[in-house]
This record gives sequence, structure tokens and C-alpha cells, in this order.
Amino acid sequence: MPETEQEHGDIIISVENLEHSYKGFKAVDGISFAVRRGEIFSFLGPNGAGKSTAINVLITLLAKQKGSASVAGFDVTLDPQKVRESIGIVFQDITLDRDMTVWEILEFHGRLYNMPNEQRRKRIEELLDLVELAGKRDERTKHLSGGMKRRLEIARGLMTRPRVLFLDEPTIGLDPQTRLRMWDYIRGVNNEGTTIFLTTHYMDEADHLSDRISIIDHGRIVITGKPWELKNTLGRDLIYLETNDNDAAVRSLKDHPGIRDVKFKPKGFVLMVNEDGSKVLPIVIETLRNAGIEISTINLKKPSMDDVFVFYTGREFRDEPPTKIPRAGG
Amino acid sequence: MHYGFATIYWRDMIRFVRFKTLLVSSLLQPALWLAFFGIAMSSSFDKLITGIPVPPGVHVIGYLTFMGAGIIAMTTLFTSLFGGIVILFDKNWGLMREILASPMNRNHIIFGIGLSGVTKSFIQAIIIMTFGILIGAAFFEGFTTWQVVLGIIGVLAFVGMFALGFLFLSAAIAISMESPEGLQGVITLLTMPIFFASNALYPTDSFPEVLKILSIYNPMTLLITGIRYFAIGPDFMALGMHYQYTWSDILTAYAGLMAFAILTFGLAVWRFRKAVVT
Repeated sequence: MPETEQEHGDIIISVENLEHSYKGFKAVDGISFAVRRGEIFSFLGPNGAGKSTAINVLITLLAKQKGSASVAGFDVTLDPQKVRESIGIVFQDITLDRDMTVWEILEFHGRLYNMPNEQRRKRIEELLDLVELAGKRDERTKHLSGGMKRRLEIARGLMTRPRVLFLDEPTIGLDPQTRLRMWDYIRGVNNEGTTIFLTTHYMDEADHLSDRISIIDHGRIVITGKPWELKNTLGRDLIYLETNDNDAAVRSLKDHPGIRDVKFKPKGFVLMVNEDGSKVLPIVIETLRNAGIEISTINLKKPSMDDVFVFYTGREFRDEPPTKIPRAGG
Repeated sequence: MHYGFATIYWRDMIRFVRFKTLLVSSLLQPALWLAFFGIAMSSSFDKLITGIPVPPGVHVIGYLTFMGAGIIAMTTLFTSLFGGIVILFDKNWGLMREILASPMNRNHIIFGIGLSGVTKSFIQAIIIMTFGILIGAAFFEGFTTWQVVLGIIGVLAFVGMFALGFLFLSAAIAISMESPEGLQGVITLLTMPIFFASNALYPTDSFPEVLKILSIYNPMTLLITGIRYFAIGPDFMALGMHYQYTWSDILTAYAGLMAFAILTFGLAVWRFRKAVVT
């Protein structure tokens, strides 16, 4: 899809000031965002950040409490039935009946959505080919590998030709190779015109797959943008330094025109550089030597999504939430 | 027209035939009840009542025949009350999310589970009747061919309506519960009074007053009345008691089962509407 069409394409998911609490705990704390038709949009955040709660409201499994949300042009509260007809979902955990066959899983789903027989059977064949499971059609799902299960779930999510496909942590628990293949499938589905809303806590996944990312933490959206835009907000390069006097080092460096910002780390500090880092590096070394400061470690790198996350949330990525997040209904 | 209930039914039947141990045990269990409990009890009971005088012209039946009807009812009760457990499993394994996030009306789930439960109960009832006749129960004795056909239809009609009532109840409990253990506890608590405050194994006439009233309104008693009417006849003697049923007794019993099913369906609809599964 050409860039201009994406830029000005119409809005397919629109959320304003969405809030959701469980027993006084604010899982989603006033988020607003818009997803454009045809893009891959990601929620990136640690476990317990509120991603799944937000997605559950959008797919109508949780009743909306505050704010407004519409999907494919339909309000999730006023027109949940229309929303359900317009979307496909791949849930966070594997939700396949272990004792049904691959074909039966898709058949069951098509019937749930009341697809006419002929159309349903034809669609099953197309999708089995797409996710390369045609040879496994009569295999019970308990005999499939993790990657195959995920592919089957993606096929299921696509059965009804949804306008938006929701993927909640699509590659959780998969090995690195399988993850890369899943990304290919997801891109392929997107290339055919399906808008994709993705949640993930993998930085690289959000980075490589998304057209745009919202970083979400503690139920709030911290920043939204294209992956390169987010990284560019940190400057072109990052220089990490450890010295025998970090405070003095920062004092002597911070007024240098090429350095836009400084961030302290436990043992050292990071310089965010506007220019080519390899040109700034000799100046930094020179400046510190003249100030009589000894450098013990030095490292130059491009900003990664991890750096973006750390910068905007003010802390390292946490894998586990500090407290157990209560789920609706237990 | 959406045939969502047929989809739910289809899936539940796949599961029923695929879980081989569950299938075999659910079919074998009622036959075992009849074989062990039935034969043991009837051999002692029939000896005890031999001295009781029989009015001339009254059809006397042995205890095995009498309690055979009770075993059909008991099996239907157990199967139906446990029928909703699939909903709980679906809920706990996340499978219910796929269904609840689909555009299908939730009442189809209740209907579909009801229909598959009724099918299972029909299969079990037929097995018990066949096996009972093989080991000496006098079901359909002295009936003409078409009375037998009518009798079978009548028994199944009663079994079906009773099963629906308890399947809906089971579905309502299952969608509201968190753990299979909890469901098991509630079901065990329910089966005891329903089974023993009924005419399944003994006559209720000599019950204390409170228990007697309970037993009269017990759906289990209504079901067994229907089964005995259609499988044994309107006029027979068992355990020294003379049983006589009229058509209006039977219609009242059936109406009672229908009322129970409507009530529990309402309960299930309400619980499903409230259900939040994420």
C-alpha cells in the first residue's frame, strides 16, 4: 500500500479516553488512539500494562466502562453484534479444542459466524493453503507444534474475511525461527488488505512488524509513532560511557552542540547524539581527557526500541507486573 | 436463520464419541447399576413381599422392573447435571471466548448443550431398557406392538423433557462457577435429595409429611411416574403397593417437567447474559 494512502486512509479503530478498572485498580487509564485502515498497529508494553484489557473491550468481551470506542465504524457498546461480525481474533493463549481436527476447528468457527456452506468450505481450503496446514487437516490439534497451532488460530481469525484482525501476543512462547515465520504470515495477511491490531511485549516484534506503535505502560499510552520516528526522538546515535567521575564528565560534555540529551544509568550515562556518533566520539574522548577524567567503558550504538521504551517509561523493561493484576470474573 | 445450536450440538457430539473412556463408562454405568444393585435388591425384596395378598386381576411386577424405571431416571439426572461441565471446561481453557466473541446469540449455547445432553440420555435410556429386559425386567410386558412403540416414545418424551430441565440448570451453574471441583460439589449436593426424595427405589406413600410433599413436586418423581406409565402400564402392583395412573396424572406430570425446564432455561439465559469471560 502506498505511503500516501496509509497517511490519509480512513480510521478503522477509534478510541477516546478509554478507562477500565477492576475492583478499584485502573487497568486502562484514559487512552486515546486511532488505527488507520490497512496498517499494522501495535500496543507495546510489559505484561500487566493494560494491553489485554483494552483489546478485550474492543472485541466486545468486556463491557466498556468509560470513554468511547468504535471498530470498523461500529460502537462497541451500541452495536457489539456488528463489531463481532467485522473482526477476527487470535487470543493470547492457545484456544483450540485439543480433540478436534484442524479442519473441524475452522468448520466450527465458520458455522459460529453463520457462513454459508459452500463459502465456508472454500474458505477453509484457501486458508489451509495460506498457513501451510493442508496436510494436517485431519490431525487433532493436540498433535500440532506450537507454531502450527498459532498458524491455525490465525487461519481461524481470518475465516470470516474480517476487516480487522486482532492479535493478542501472537508469538508468545514460540521459538525464534517460528516467530520469524509468524511475522511473515502476519505481513502476508496485512498485504492482502486486512488491518492488524497487535499487542506484544517483544520490542523487536513491534519494531519489525508495525507501521505504527503505541507504547503503553500502567494503563496509559506514553507515545505513539512509526518505529523509526520513535527511535529518532532519541537522536541518531547513543554513546554509553562509564568514567571515574560521571558527574564531572556530564558537566563537561552537556553543552556540546552535537549532544541533545544525557541520561544517567546505574554505573554510567548515555549521550543522545544528533549527529553521526562516530564523528562525535573522538570529540567526547578528547574533551574528557582534557578534563582529566578517565574512561573505563565506551560504547556507540543506534537507538533500539528498548532504548525508546526505557527513555519514555523511565525504567528498564519489566517482564513481570509488580502485583498480580486481577482478571474480570477471576 | 442461524442454526448456532446445531453447531454447538455438533461439537459436543464430536467430543462425546471421541472421549472413548467417557463414552464407554457413561454407557456401561447404568447397566452396572441395574445388574448389581437391581438384581441384589430384587432378590431380597421379592422374597419379603411374597406373603402380601394380591387383588384378583392386578398385574404384579418384580422389584427389578420397579426400580428399572428409577435407574433410567437416575442415569438421566446424573448425565444431565454433569452435562454443563463442558461449559466450565470451555470457559477455563479459553475456548468459550471464541464462542462469546462471535455474533451468535448466547441462547444457542444453552440449546445446543441441551440438545446433546438429551441425545446422550436417549441412548442411555434405550440401553437400560434393552439390558433390563435381557436380565428379566418386565418392561412392555403384555403390550401390543404399537403399544410398545407408543411406550418407547412416551418414555423418551419424559426423559427428554426432564433432561432439558437439568441440563439448563447445569449450564446455569457451570457458567457461573470458576472450578470443576466447585461444580462437582454443587451437583453432588443436588443429586442426593433429588434422588432419595423420589419414588425411584421405594414407594413414597409412607414418607414423613414434609418429605412426602417434597417428593410429590420433585421432577424426579414426575419423570419416574411417566416412565412407569409408559413402560409398565397404568395399573400394576409392586412392593405390595397398588399403583394406578390416569391420563390426567401423566399430563400433569409432563406439564410439571415442562414448567421446570422453562424455569431453568430462564435461569440459564440470565446467567449467560451476565457471564464475562476474558
